[in-house]
Amino acid sequence: MSASARPGWLEKPRPLTQAGKVLALATVVLLVCVPFLVIVSTSLASTDEVVANGGWVLWPTEPSLDAYRDILDGGIVTHALGVSAGVTIVGTLLSLACTVTLAYALSRPGVFGGRPVLLLILFTFLFPPGMIPSFLLVKELGLLDNYASLVLPVLVNVFNLVVLRGFFQGIPEELYEAARLDGAGDWRVLFSIVLPLSKAALAVVGLFYAVAYWNSWFYASLYLESDHWPLQQVLRTYVVAGSGLTDATTGEATITAPQTVQMAVLVIATVPILLVYPFLQKYFTKGVLTGAIKS
Amino acid sequence: MAVVRRKRFHERSRTLFLLMLPGLAYFLLFHYGALVGNVIAFKEYVPFDGLWGSPWVGLGNFQRMFEDGAFWSSVVNTLWIAVLQLVFYFPVPLALALLLHSLTWSTVRRFVQSVAYLPHFISWVIVVALFQQVLGDTGLLNSTLSGAGLHTVDIIGNPDAFKPLVVAQVIWKDAGWGTIIFLAALSQVDEQQYEAAAIDGAGPWRRFWHVTLPAIRPVIVLLLIMRLGDILSVGFEQMLLQRDAVGPEAAEIIDTFVYYQGIVGGDYGFAAAAGLFKGVIGALLVYAANKVAHRLGEQGVYK
Repeated sequence: MSASARPGWLEKPRPLTQAGKVLALATVVLLVCVPFLVIVSTSLASTDEVVANGGWVLWPTEPSLDAYRDILDGGIVTHALGVSAGVTIVGTLLSLACTVTLAYALSRPGVFGGRPVLLLILFTFLFPPGMIPSFLLVKELGLLDNYASLVLPVLVNVFNLVVLRGFFQGIPEELYEAARLDGAGDWRVLFSIVLPLSKAALAVVGLFYAVAYWNSWFYASLYLESDHWPLQQVLRTYVVAGSGLTDATTGEATITAPQTVQMAVLVIATVPILLVYPFLQKYFTKGVLTGAIKS
Repeated sequence: MAVVRRKRFHERSRTLFLLMLPGLAYFLLFHYGALVGNVIAFKEYVPFDGLWGSPWVGLGNFQRMFEDGAFWSSVVNTLWIAVLQLVFYFPVPLALALLLHSLTWSTVRRFVQSVAYLPHFISWVIVVALFQQVLGDTGLLNSTLSGAGLHTVDIIGNPDAFKPLVVAQVIWKDAGWGTIIFLAALSQVDEQQYEAAAIDGAGPWRRFWHVTLPAIRPVIVLLLIMRLGDILSVGFEQMLLQRDAVGPEAAEIIDTFVYYQGIVGGDYGFAAAAGLFKGVIGALLVYAANKVAHRLGEQGVYK
């Protein structure tokens, strides 16, 4: 794949068309990038500069990390960051384990009950149980104000399950046969053949789970007391609703945070996504997803 | 020999069943268990008596719902936003995909693709906060306008601007990601078809009309039908985050109606009735859409 591959039959574009394309592409890139630039710059600026400029800064004159120091030395945001990280890590591992085992079992022909179980699962896609019954169920199970309420109700995602199952089915049958002739059981086959061959699919599904757990806030608002909230729900209260929060440790109501601090929280909530994004991006090109979406 | 084989089959099947168990238990408990909980829609929820002890009220909750103006207003808002999305959001990923596909410089194409996919992975909380920072009273747009001596525009918190705003947010967040499926379809087109058409004297527009469009039409039709099947869902988190700023008249959709009646108001039976109504109609629509898509797909194959 060379950088520029213009086939011989393709006519040279007219300057006007070319300019239009450049303009459209630049618009797309700017529309995505400028908002991020504004929040990063504002979080790094001083409060005085932000006020003088009317609420935001495009480029801070004297960048400082004061806002970050403010929110990261203990208190609500630090705690919320820990909750988010914990839920994301534990949730992703649990979800991956349950999705992989279920997808593997459903990908093997002739498993006892495989067909009805698959239909049972696909039906939930068509008819989700609904918010109120789910809420009452979590309540009846005694999971209110328990971090498990953020993970267990969303443990296996049907789309991810279908992606993995499809991927496992694509592994050549001869490999399974060979392993079985060597006397390997299903556990051995899963761990020494299927999983090593599915690294790309596992990475994509794992990252999808991680992003979903990291971005989740609604379940926390439903099930958890405010001193156990993860970062996104704190962000919602802090920035989107613009109200102050009660400090979990001191019990004091904090005043509405200054703009720089709000933007710093926003940046902290976004950075992990930006960090994993290149890894996600790498697999989009490998067709793992496009193949799955098409099916 | 046969006995040995059967024994091994049983062991195999048992291992596989064991592997299936945790995931299966999840679906049975949190999907089918919760599904059973929909009986609350036919009851009057009394906190002390719990789900099973609460008294039956038959179709009382549904009757109340059908007579409730606020419920119908949420249905109208839902459909209205869905139609706006269909008209203004739906063509954007297609146009963007065509633009990206037309680029011959693959470095630029990959860069723009990466940038355009990114917002899909940003949470709704952050997207709404970003829009506030850019379009709010003291945001980027308005302070630029007032700095230039122009009128400021009231967008965030303005009920009249709410529906265009939420469609713009959906475009910002998902238009880039939405190109994936179109780009996949476009990459399936045989390059030789373009070459042959060009040699026969077809210009860019005629090549688009006779080669590109037929290649992606099945995908367009499929996505359109799927969207129609899912028309009662228009972004619960997005609406919930912004409903308080503009009020329920502009921003209440069926899902937020369920949330405010049930979770906030404690009227679980009534809220579950509205949720169940949406679930049943939604499932029927998805089912019908799948049938239609299937039929059209088959036709496409036989042509």
